[in-house]
Amino acid sequence: MEPAVIELSKLTKRYGEFTAVNALDLAIRPGEIYGLLGPNGAGKTTTILMMLGLTEPTSGTVRVCGIDATRSPLLVKRRVGYMPDDIGFYEDRTALDNLIYTAQLNRIPLPEARARAELLLNQVGLAHAAGKRVGAFSRGMRQRLGLADVLIKRPEIIILDEPTLGIDPEGVRELLLLIRELSQSEGLTVLLSSHHLHQVQQICDRVGLFVGGKLIASGDIASLSRQLDGDTTFEVEVDVRDPDGSVSERLGRLDGVLSVEAAASDALAVSGTGSIATYRVTSAVELTSALALAVVEHGAPLLGLRPVRAGLDDIYHSYFEGGAAHERLDG
Amino acid sequence: MSAWMAKLRERAAISPFRSAAAPGSERDSAPGRRPPSPFWIMVQKEFGDHIRSWRFMILLGIVTLACIGSIYASVTALKNGAGASGASGQADAASSFLFLKMFTESDGSLPNFLTFLSFLAPLIGIAIGFDAVNSERNKGTLSRVISQPVHRDDFLNAKFVAGLLLIAVVVFSLGFLVMGMGLLTIGYPPSPEEFWRVVVALIVTTVYVGLWLNLSLLFSVRFRQAATSALSGIAIWIFFLVFYGMIVNLVGNVTAPSDPSDALAVMHQQDWLMLLQRLSPAYLFQEAASTLLLPDVRTLNPFVTQDQAYLALNAPLPFGQSLLLVWPQVVAIVAETALSFAASYVAFMRQEIRSRS
Repeated sequence: MEPAVIELSKLTKRYGEFTAVNALDLAIRPGEIYGLLGPNGAGKTTTILMMLGLTEPTSGTVRVCGIDATRSPLLVKRRVGYMPDDIGFYEDRTALDNLIYTAQLNRIPLPEARARAELLLNQVGLAHAAGKRVGAFSRGMRQRLGLADVLIKRPEIIILDEPTLGIDPEGVRELLLLIRELSQSEGLTVLLSSHHLHQVQQICDRVGLFVGGKLIASGDIASLSRQLDGDTTFEVEVDVRDPDGSVSERLGRLDGVLSVEAAASDALAVSGTGSIATYRVTSAVELTSALALAVVEHGAPLLGLRPVRAGLDDIYHSYFEGGAAHERLDG
Repeated sequence: MSAWMAKLRERAAISPFRSAAAPGSERDSAPGRRPPSPFWIMVQKEFGDHIRSWRFMILLGIVTLACIGSIYASVTALKNGAGASGASGQADAASSFLFLKMFTESDGSLPNFLTFLSFLAPLIGIAIGFDAVNSERNKGTLSRVISQPVHRDDFLNAKFVAGLLLIAVVVFSLGFLVMGMGLLTIGYPPSPEEFWRVVVALIVTTVYVGLWLNLSLLFSVRFRQAATSALSGIAIWIFFLVFYGMIVNLVGNVTAPSDPSDALAVMHQQDWLMLLQRLSPAYLFQEAASTLLLPDVRTLNPFVTQDQAYLALNAPLPFGQSLLLVWPQVVAIVAETALSFAASYVAFMRQEIRSRS
C-alpha cells in the first residue's frame, strides 16, 4: 500500500470545555477522493483547518505529504489547495484578477500566472466571464471560480469544504463531474466535506462518517454499511396492484422472508391509479426472482420490482437513529 | 555542531521539493529574476484598492479643500501683515521665516494649515484602516488569502505598509501643493532651512497618521463589524481632540497644591500635568509640528525661570536645535504606534480564521 498523503493521528482540538475533534485517526491515500461526511458542527471544518496549519491542534499530529502541518504550515499550504465553504473573492476585481492575485501569492511570475488563469477559467467554463467583476457572479459561477482558484497553484491535494453548498442541482452535478475529471486527469488527491449524502456518494472513493468530533466509520459505501449495520439483510421493494392485501400475505409466507411492510409509496404515482401498493420485503437471502414469481403466480399485476441497496442516506440515517438512542440513554 | 549539520541537511532536503511545488515557476522565468514576494504583491494590491476606492477620493477632496482654504487664509494674513509693517517687514523677511508662516498664519476666517492637518490627519488614518481586516473576514477573502503560502503576519504588515505608503503620498503631495501654491501667490522662495523644516514636519505628520492607521487596524482586528470599528476609532479621535485636554485640566484643578506660593509643589504638579497631557498623541503632534514650523519656539517647557527668560536670546532656533527639541515627541509617537501595532499583531495571530466568521 502506498504511504498516506494525509495522515492524522490522535488529533484533538478543544475549545475550552468543548471538544471539537476528538482523537481522530485518518489516513488518506494519494489519488483518491475522500468524502468527509457529517452534520453541521461535527468538526469537519476544524479538522480541515488543522490540516492546513491554520489552527493548532490541542494534541496529536497532522502530516500532509510527510510534512508536519502544525510546524511548517507554509510548506503544506504550497502543496495543498483549500477552498473554504462560502468562498469569498474581491468583488470589485475581475475573475482573472482574482486568480492572478492568488497565483502571485504563490510566487508564480505574472506572465505565467496570466496564462494559467486563462487556461483554468476555460477548464471550469468561465472563459466568457473572465473580464467580469466577481460581484456580478452567481453562486455556481463563484464556486467554479473557487475551484480554479484552488487549482492555480497546481496542488497535489485539494481540500474542498462544502463545495456544493447552495448551488442548484444541475450546477452540483457539473461541479462534481468537474472535480472527478480533474482528480483523474491530474492525479489529485481530493478531500471534500459535505453533509449532502448523495453528492458524496456520487464521486467519492471512500467516505468517512464524522459525528461529534469522532470518525465513527470509514471506508467505501459497501464496507460502511457493513460496519454500521452488522447484520446483512436484503431488501426489495415491490409495486403491485393489491386492493385487498392478499399479495402482501402471500409474500409474507415465502421462505426466508423476514418482514413485509407497506412502504410509503410515491404520492405522485399513487394519485389516480388508486390501489397500487408498495411493499418493502426484508429477507435473509436474495429473493428477488422468487418474489416476482410469487406475485405473478398470485395473478396480481406486477408493476415494479427493485432491490434496495443501502445508500449513504440509509447508513447516515441508521447511525443517527442509533446516536439519538445513545444520547437518550446517556441523558 | 551536529545539530547544525542536521539543520543544513534538512534545508537541503526541503529546497528541491520547493521548486517541485511550484513547477516551472522558477525555471521558466529568466534566471536571477525571482518573482516578487507575496508580501509586496499584497502591498501592491492594497495600495491599488485604496486608490481606486470612493472613500479615498472623498477624503482627498476634503483634505484638498482644507488645504486651499488654509492657504487662502494665510496668504490674506501675510498680505495684511506685510502691509502693516511696511518696508521693514520686507527687510527682515528672511529672518522671520516668511515662507513657514504660510503653514501657521491665518487671518482668522479659517484655521491655518497646521491646525487643519492636526485635525484631519487622524481621520485619514482611521478611514484607511478601519475595515482593513474585518471586511476581508466578512467577505471570506481572508481565509482564502491565508490558505495560500503566506505568513499570517505578512497580511497585517502588508495592510499597514500599504496604508502608510498611501498616507505618505497624500501628506507629501498636500504639503508640496501648499508650498507650490504659496510660492506662486507670495512669490517668495523658501530658504533651504525652511524647506527642510517643512519636509521634516511632513514626515512627522506621516508618522502621526500612521499611529491612527494602526489604531484603526487594531479595531478592525478586534471588531467583526466595520461600523463598530470605525466608530471606536472616531470615538478615540474625538476623545483626544476634545475631551482629553478638559480632563487633564480637571485633574489639574483638583490636584492643585493648596499653597500657591510653594513653588516646588506647583512645579511638580505642572510637570505631572504635562506628562498626562503628553500621553495624548494629538498633543504630541501639536508640539512637534509647531516647534518645527515655528522656529521661534525655544522650549516646550511650561516653566521658564526669570533668569532663563532674561538670558535667552530672542532669536529663532536653528533647525538642528528644533529637531532636537521635538525628538522626544517624535519618539513618543513612534512608540505609541509600535504599541498599538503590537496589540493588533497579537490579537490577529491568536485569532482563528474561519470563513466568514
